[in-house]
Amino acid sequence: MNLILFTFIVLLGFTSYYFGRKKAYTIQSSNKRLTALPQFYGYYLAIWCAIPAFIIFSLWAIFEPTIVKLLVLSDYSNQGYLDDELNLIYEKTKSLSRGQFTGEITPFIEASAEKYLSLRSIAQSSKAVIVLSIIIASVAYAYKRISSNSRTREPVEKFLNAVLFTASLAAILTTVGIVFSLIFQTIDFFKVIPLFDFVFGTHWYPAKAFVRDSSEALDPSMYSDTFGAVPIFAGTFFIAFIAMCVAIPIGLMSGIYLAEYASSKVRQYAKPLIEILAGIPTVVYGFFAALTVGPFLKELGTSMGLEVSAESALAAGGVMGIMIIPFISSLSDDVITSVPQSLRDGSYAMGATKSETIKRVIFPAALPGIVGSILLGVSRAIGETMIVVMASGLAANLTLNPLESTSTITAQIVVILIGDQAFGDPKTQAAFALGMSLFLVTLCLNIVALRVVKKYREKYE
Amino acid sequence: MNKSKEQLLNKRYKAEQRFRLYGLSAIFMALLFLTIFIFKIFSTGYSAFQKTWLIVPVTFDAELMMLEQNPSNEDLQDADYYDIALKSMADLDPNANEDQENELKRMVSYFFEKEIKNELLNNPGLIGKTKEVYLTASDDLDQVFKGNYPRDLPEDQRRVSDYQLKIFDQLVAKGKVESKFNISFFTYADSREPELAGIASSFMGSIFSILVCLMIAFPVAVLAAIYLEEFAPKNRFTDFIEVNINNLAAVPSIVFGLLGLGVLLAIFHLPRSTPLVGGITLSLMTLPTIIIAARASLKAVPPSIREAALAMGASRMQTTMHHTVPLSMPGTLSGTIIGLAQALGETAPLILIGMVAFVNTIPGSPMDPAASLPVQIYIWAESAERGFVEKVSACIMVLLGFLIIMNLFAQIIRHKFEKKWS
Repeated sequence: MNLILFTFIVLLGFTSYYFGRKKAYTIQSSNKRLTALPQFYGYYLAIWCAIPAFIIFSLWAIFEPTIVKLLVLSDYSNQGYLDDELNLIYEKTKSLSRGQFTGEITPFIEASAEKYLSLRSIAQSSKAVIVLSIIIASVAYAYKRISSNSRTREPVEKFLNAVLFTASLAAILTTVGIVFSLIFQTIDFFKVIPLFDFVFGTHWYPAKAFVRDSSEALDPSMYSDTFGAVPIFAGTFFIAFIAMCVAIPIGLMSGIYLAEYASSKVRQYAKPLIEILAGIPTVVYGFFAALTVGPFLKELGTSMGLEVSAESALAAGGVMGIMIIPFISSLSDDVITSVPQSLRDGSYAMGATKSETIKRVIFPAALPGIVGSILLGVSRAIGETMIVVMASGLAANLTLNPLESTSTITAQIVVILIGDQAFGDPKTQAAFALGMSLFLVTLCLNIVALRVVKKYREKYE
Repeated sequence: MNKSKEQLLNKRYKAEQRFRLYGLSAIFMALLFLTIFIFKIFSTGYSAFQKTWLIVPVTFDAELMMLEQNPSNEDLQDADYYDIALKSMADLDPNANEDQENELKRMVSYFFEKEIKNELLNNPGLIGKTKEVYLTASDDLDQVFKGNYPRDLPEDQRRVSDYQLKIFDQLVAKGKVESKFNISFFTYADSREPELAGIASSFMGSIFSILVCLMIAFPVAVLAAIYLEEFAPKNRFTDFIEVNINNLAAVPSIVFGLLGLGVLLAIFHLPRSTPLVGGITLSLMTLPTIIIAARASLKAVPPSIREAALAMGASRMQTTMHHTVPLSMPGTLSGTIIGLAQALGETAPLILIGMVAFVNTIPGSPMDPAASLPVQIYIWAESAERGFVEKVSACIMVLLGFLIIMNLFAQIIRHKFEKKWS
């Protein structure tokens, strides 16, 4: 129904474009000067069609459900139901009208389901009538208004500009959406679990907080010592640290080699090949770490008389490091190439060898940019999910032994939220609180890193 | 005195060589990882493209199938195939007792009844006759035939019994076991049984999510890029937008999953586990990538083009829409494809919005529950059955194949269509 209406409106839009242009041609043929190209007259009319349609559709989407709900529930208004009960009745009504209701069907519910359906159909048809009549009226009004000396290009371009501006708000909206989706659950979480326990507690055991019935959720004492995030944070930074131990030397050295030593031919082939490592999906790395690296390290450890967990932090961190190599190598490559040639020439002229030039002149000059690229790498390591979920443990051990298993923020979020979630359960809220801390940590890292890189670029441009 | 100078120089040259070697070995290490990686995936995955079939003689006994004389097509549809299927498996060993008959039945997949039925439906003249039918071998025997199964384990640690192995070896000796190209891997939906599991459902899920993602992210990102690059005044607000975009590009993907869960599912009540929600979530993730690429390619259009258009009396909007944007399209498109390739490989946000649910039907629209290729990899990798290991690798090969094609496509667009200004 909505689709048909939509197609119809689009067709109307095209027709009004056609009529607008035609009117422009008629004006033109009567030897009057136009103020804009004929198609602008068409666009002008089409916009007069699109804007009212959009406004009515949005108003309808906002108000229809509320009004229908009020009307349906008006039957129950004098019977002393509580708000929650009314909501429940309404949900039942809706699911019955969709044919998905499984519980006992009472005549009351059936009657209100019928009422609901009839109200919906009235709403639909009245929407169609109202939209179409308003569009036709507005297009007709605009059509009468345009004449030889009316301006059409300016309004059309203003409209387009507004559309472009709205699109550019999408990035802000996404950020707002992220904060919005995280913050309420997080606040609810900290109402039950004190912030202090979360930040300084050393026992993470969310499975204990399994809630069977909502009355239990109100007793905070049972959650003490359940949501201490220290082991999680420690595990996250520990695995990221292992990853950076792999990624920084290899990435930085290959970046330096590619920028300073490699012939253009080697560069042409080696650079994209290394960048393939960045394009491989992380779930594939996770599988590789779990299937190959983990067992390999375990066997290696056993042969050396060490006890290595099959899900060691070393396996996850090492593979994550491989994944981060290309980020560091290509960013530091860029940074090093943008160091001005004059610095190199000066150093060579003083008799320094190439490596001395790199170590003493280029590296210090490029340091801010390199630090920025490393920070971006760290942010990626902290936010990496699939490798950790598949290759590292899910139990949160507080350990600094790379051969044992640890868990991270991301892995815990997945463990908690996989499957069905009950919103309002402290376990689910804990996942959002972890997400909030992840977002804040990476936000700080990103902003610092981006600022450092930007400052650095400006210095040499 | 002179000598020590030379020594010093030698030392410096040695250091130079060492440093160079470090660099070279770093590159070598990175490439080595890549090679091991690809080799490992291919060596475990290639065998999944073959499937083992047992060739079993089936007697289409009309009485056992409860068929009347001259059955119509509908009768054939409704006939009882279970008994003849069971009997033909039991007949592999005439001396089998009841337990052994059960074991014989488990040598093939539980689709064996359907496979026999299809054979008869394709050729109704078979009633009363005996014909050799290809039946899908169970996943363990499939692995035995491919040589991936440790046969020397003690029997109680294996899922295949000694008896099954004995019968299987007899069949192999008689040439009644065959390996053929595994079409069902591409046409079947997911299943709990490795021998019947395919990627069709997750593949369609991926396609739908990517389409939804493209339809949302591409227009919004291009419009946003045009505004920011061509029209936006330089002020605090546009700086803020810019910081937002750059930051979003580096936000961990799982946070977008939380956004999808907390806003799209909890507030807008969109259907769980569907490519629609997955696509919207992915589009928010790809948005910054496309915006950054589109801005870069708009920036690369030389000002002379704009000035020429403005000099001819075009308005700023006309200049942008008729000249700058079309000239920037190749760069924008290749950036879009690269962004979509990233989205195609993304797993974590899709897990959070419930696309890990077990789906054994092939979705027909973005509103049906589905998995996606990377999520399928995750699901199979977490399964215990030995048969799934090769499936995972094969699924990875398919996914990597798509990513390579998309990236090549992006390269081609960039090199073929992008104008070089200089």
